[in-house]
Amino acid sequence: MPLRQKIVALSIAIFIFILVIELVRRRKLREEYSLLWLLTSLVMIVLAIQYDWLVKITHFVGAALPTSTLFFFGLMFIIVINIHFSVKVSRLNDQVKKFAQENALLKNRLEKIEHRNKEHSNKSMDSH
Amino acid sequence: MKKEKIIVIVPSYNEERNIPKVIEGIKNSISKPHIAVIDDGSSDNTPLIAKSFGVEVIKLPFNMGYGVALQTGYKYALENDYDYVIQIDGDGQHDPKHIEDLLRELKKGKVDSVIGSRFLVNENQVPFFRGLVIRLFGFITSLLIGHKITDPCSGYRAMNKKIIKFLVKDLYPEDYPDADLIITLHRAGFCIKEIPVRVHPNIQGKTMHSGLKPLYYIYKMFLSIFLTLFRRDY
Repeated sequence: MPLRQKIVALSIAIFIFILVIELVRRRKLREEYSLLWLLTSLVMIVLAIQYDWLVKITHFVGAALPTSTLFFFGLMFIIVINIHFSVKVSRLNDQVKKFAQENALLKNRLEKIEHRNKEHSNKSMDSH
Repeated sequence: MKKEKIIVIVPSYNEERNIPKVIEGIKNSISKPHIAVIDDGSSDNTPLIAKSFGVEVIKLPFNMGYGVALQTGYKYALENDYDYVIQIDGDGQHDPKHIEDLLRELKKGKVDSVIGSRFLVNENQVPFFRGLVIRLFGFITSLLIGHKITDPCSGYRAMNKKIIKFLVKDLYPEDYPDADLIITLHRAGFCIKEIPVRVHPNIQGKTMHSGLKPLYYIYKMFLSIFLTLFRRDY
């Protein structure tokens, strides 16, 4: 791998790694979600340093060029992380549903109690 | 003997024009009905208008879909210890006159849920494509549960407490609780029966099956029916 290419690849990988760590530190990204991103940036760093490994993997998966291997794994990563997000969104949707229902039922109950209290206080005022 | 508690739940979304007629219809069809309008985050005055008729109004904070609105009604019914629940759509397409028929059939105690079918009455007019899709899913449902169901999409139903306890679980579908739900209920051991009901064509021509939704509906239903056969979570 030419030196310039290596520097660019390493810089991007290190930037992503630091960004993810920083986001977790600032509590803007939960540890749970950081795992896949950190793994990817680590793999990028390793492959940029150990170009031979990338060539070996390319031979192993039967790809023609190391770049194809990189694109293939990049795509795989995006698919996995998207499925992961879809599962999370489905779960969140379920939780929002329960909250909304609970909220509606509680509000209804609260209104009834308030109404009853109002009637009660009106009655007691009338009797005085 | 304890008097049986009955509630009519009316899922509604932006039905300010139709809801008065639906509530009046219910009030005329059974004596002293308990009615709960489940407002599915309407942007119009549906909840206010419903309230002015002296019925219970349960307001969801935002639009969550037909299934969520219905399930909220079931949860309300269970919390307040109702024995029978009747559900009728807020758009005025169901004739409330049949509430008595649904209840009568349910009270015989032979079934857990009674569905009002529009296909058992000849005069009912159903748009061609919708009719075709419903008949297709009716056919599949009948095949899978072993007895005839003609209108799996009907939102006009009566249910006993046993089934309500089941329907408040997480497995209840959020968008279209139709054929897949009937199959799930059958597999969970509940008995369902259909009786004929008259439907009015939707007054404003509004339907939750518009745009690309019918295609999604068909996809969702096929997938859901298929997967229901492999589930054992009840």
